[in-house]
Amino acid sequence: MNEGRREIVQIVFALVGIVFLVRLFFIQVLDNRYAELADGNAILREVEYPFRGLIYDRNKKLIVYNTPEYDLQVVMKEVKNFDSARFCSVFGLTHEELQQKFKEVKGRKNQYSPFKPMLFLNQLSHVDFARIQDHLDEFPGFYIQARTTRAYQSPTLANALGYVSEISKETLARDESRIYKQGDYVGQSGIEAFYEEQLRGKRGVRFKLRNVKGIEKGSFKNGEYDTLSVPGANLYTGIDIELQRYGEFLMNGKAGSIVAIEPSSGEILSLVSGPSYDPALLTGKNYSSNFKLISNDSLKPLFNRPLMAQYRPGSIFKIAQAMTALQEKVITPDTRIRCDRSIINCHGAHSNEDLRGAIANSCNPYFHNVLRRMLNKGVANDPFADTRIGLEEWNKHIMSFGFGKRLGIDLPNEKDGLIPTPAYYDRAYRNRPWKFSNIYSIAIGEGENLVVPIQMANFAATIANRGYYYTPHLVKAIGENGKPLPQYSERHYTSIDSSYFVIAVDAMQEVVEKGTGQYRAKLADVIVCGKTGTVENNPPLFDHSVFIAFAPRDNPKIAISVYVEDAGQGARAAASIASLMIEKYLFGGTKRPHIEQYVLNNKFE
Amino acid sequence: MSRDTDISGKLDWVSVLLYVLMVGMGWANIFAAVYDETANQSIFDLSLNSGRQLMFIAASVLIILAIIIIDMRFYETFAYVFYAIILVALMLIPIIGKEVGGNKSWIGVGSFGVQPSEFAKFITALAVAKFMGSVGFRMDSLRNQTILFVLILVPLALIILQKDFGTAIVFLSFLIVFYREGMSPFILIVGVSMAALAILTLIVENQWYLHGVIGAVLLVIIFFGKKNFKRISTLTIGAVILILTIESFDYVINNLLPERHKKRLEALVNPNFDPMGINWNVTQSKIAIGSGGFSGKGFLKGTQTKFDFVPEQSTDFIFCTIGEEHGWMGSLIVIILFVFFLQRIIFIAERQKNRFARTYGYAVASIFFFHFAVNIGMTIGLFPVIGIPLPFFSYGGSALWSFTVLLFILLKLDAHRSQVLQRI
Repeated sequence: MNEGRREIVQIVFALVGIVFLVRLFFIQVLDNRYAELADGNAILREVEYPFRGLIYDRNKKLIVYNTPEYDLQVVMKEVKNFDSARFCSVFGLTHEELQQKFKEVKGRKNQYSPFKPMLFLNQLSHVDFARIQDHLDEFPGFYIQARTTRAYQSPTLANALGYVSEISKETLARDESRIYKQGDYVGQSGIEAFYEEQLRGKRGVRFKLRNVKGIEKGSFKNGEYDTLSVPGANLYTGIDIELQRYGEFLMNGKAGSIVAIEPSSGEILSLVSGPSYDPALLTGKNYSSNFKLISNDSLKPLFNRPLMAQYRPGSIFKIAQAMTALQEKVITPDTRIRCDRSIINCHGAHSNEDLRGAIANSCNPYFHNVLRRMLNKGVANDPFADTRIGLEEWNKHIMSFGFGKRLGIDLPNEKDGLIPTPAYYDRAYRNRPWKFSNIYSIAIGEGENLVVPIQMANFAATIANRGYYYTPHLVKAIGENGKPLPQYSERHYTSIDSSYFVIAVDAMQEVVEKGTGQYRAKLADVIVCGKTGTVENNPPLFDHSVFIAFAPRDNPKIAISVYVEDAGQGARAAASIASLMIEKYLFGGTKRPHIEQYVLNNKFE
Repeated sequence: MSRDTDISGKLDWVSVLLYVLMVGMGWANIFAAVYDETANQSIFDLSLNSGRQLMFIAASVLIILAIIIIDMRFYETFAYVFYAIILVALMLIPIIGKEVGGNKSWIGVGSFGVQPSEFAKFITALAVAKFMGSVGFRMDSLRNQTILFVLILVPLALIILQKDFGTAIVFLSFLIVFYREGMSPFILIVGVSMAALAILTLIVENQWYLHGVIGAVLLVIIFFGKKNFKRISTLTIGAVILILTIESFDYVINNLLPERHKKRLEALVNPNFDPMGINWNVTQSKIAIGSGGFSGKGFLKGTQTKFDFVPEQSTDFIFCTIGEEHGWMGSLIVIILFVFFLQRIIFIAERQKNRFARTYGYAVASIFFFHFAVNIGMTIGLFPVIGIPLPFFSYGGSALWSFTVLLFILLKLDAHRSQVLQRI
């Protein structure tokens, strides 16, 4: 009766073994998921954030550096025995804020994983960190990730430097290099954005083994797969930070800009945009609230005027007109033109000046006449067609000074300005005919002309160089022993013969010594060449005060443009500031405290 | 006496070799399971499980020598006495026992504890074998069957009282012995069907669906068969019994079963049930074994077990270390060893000349089989997590000694099989 039962028992025993082996073959050999899960369990991927590159001024003084800050991360799976009341008191949160945080973390689409570290609180300061450090072990599952944030030696140069903040979702989605991850910091404007690639460095990764409690158990495979972080490159700029600070000091309470360039290299010595803000406001955990405050400010401190403000140039433009006319041989330096104020008004007592006198006195009728000679040379019988041909030539010369198109400075958001072409007027007049008498205000830098302050400074540098310029730029070298950047060592020549610049230089010297700029721009120890401009504004607003200059006359060290909005004549605020800047740069300070006081205290109303 | 102890020529050395292999491999894996690379540890370190296991192994050698020296008739003669003693010990445990890991099954002796429930396994095996080997025993007698079930159900019930569910259900393995000795397979079939129904009860939220299916099947069977009264009434009674069974399972699961066992049962039938909570053990166990791949990560190179992701990694989940560090090849070797060992014990049992020894042999095989199947089954997610050890591999003195005694009493009986009068 029990026949065969032995065999049945034996077969059952063997079958169970076979079932096990088949099952094991599936989970061990065929299914790779388990190996990944095991790595996820035991291997901790620790990101080492690189140091962002530092930024120095032309004298190797530090401008921007890094300071530590700390992110609190949470691995939800590891959170155990969580005491929310205690947590709130240690981290200074309310109960609602804490619940909100947890909800926000868990709600991150395609990001949230209970096994991975998730950003919980970001940008804790050094002080916060010191306070919570000792309590961290009370909250298993919470980790500190150290990284650095930007810090500044002085509250200056904000718009040129730009700022760094967390990468936006849109930018992240557009990033094809796949370098960035959610929560990474990226340069958002200024140098920080333009040189992001050089500054950011390379992230390092360390793989560590850990046990179930998250306690580290040494490196994974002796660090075979670890990579060290590579710090970002340091940038050496041409900025003179002392001059920059002095410029911002002088511009305090004013709207406008100061741009100073070293003519022999194109290096920007200072780039003042007024009003400005303290760059430190856009770092750390108050970034968002401060950003909102600054961007909603009616004075627009985030508007980088030297690059983005497009103004009519005013009388400084007469220098360019003069040289264009000389090049086109419609006048000679000795051409005298009567100051006929019937069409266009003038100022000061003069009647029949030659070119130098006309520049020194900024004679409006003179340049009205000069432009007529240029635009109506009689090459065509039809005055409309004749103006068209003349304007074409005029535009080419003027644009060769670097006006009307982006110079290519190493900052984002540079504006073009505008030098009108025949096509421009066709559009403006909707293809109705136009001729010289319609457009003559461009003769004195009014009308349709628009330039940005950096172009004015570049114009001054071009005259200082007697006919050429280097593209203005902030960064001269990347890395401590970096070579000068090749794209900035090319000379850009104007279409004007160098010899005509000598006449301009003489005239500008005369402006300062005898003409419109004499009282406040003249310096005892150095020959300053300059030109005032007073740009018409809509009454009751005051005119804009403009001054360009360079010094010394021979072998110039600094070329400068100053544009002060609503401050009246160029000879006043702008000329004063320009000369003080020159003095500061060449001699380290001013010997004319009364001019400094005049700039600081006068409301220019 | 000399004739009795000098049995080296008659001892089944194949079994001894398998025993030594498994105990040795177990010891190495216990070391690997708790190994900490940074701590410069020795496998002999008494503060480690591996060091203590070596002590248990040494004690096992003494136990083996004692078993061999003691007269073979001792075990049969005193089987009921041992049985009585162990029942008393099991009854005392709720009073003097200490609780370890949710089970109150230990009696403390100094710093080491022993689990009487472990020893109850071979003692019950001896008692059952003695009863079945007694003169005039007939398997088809209802009285005998009742006594047999009482013999296994009393220790089972006492152990359940200690909340050691895993050890308790080991006693169900005696059903295999009864089957071999002539019990109707009906009971096994019913048992397996009941288990299947129990699982269905767990899976199907509303048992009325099950009742509905049973009723529908009943009607179909009646419709397509002979329609006489006897057949219809038999089928109907069968269906009613099934429905009542489901209802009673539902009642037991929802009202009587301890919460953690209920959860473990639910976890088994639903792999996605609470993977971080009740299923954490199985999830981590499968991760550890699955990450071993074909040839494993290498001895002492596993990360899942030694870093504590797998709980109880040197006792109930020792197979994870094998699977992780030695891969499928290592699992293959261990499983082949076990299956071969079980077949060898059946072979030994079958060559016995009396029913006592043969029955005892089957009890040994059944108990080892049950541990092997349930333990490895639970680590790879084929069985609910029930805390029973893998024989010879798992860390623990009581378990190792109990399994050693279980095996070597059989080998002792086997060595003297030619001296025994045939009593069948």
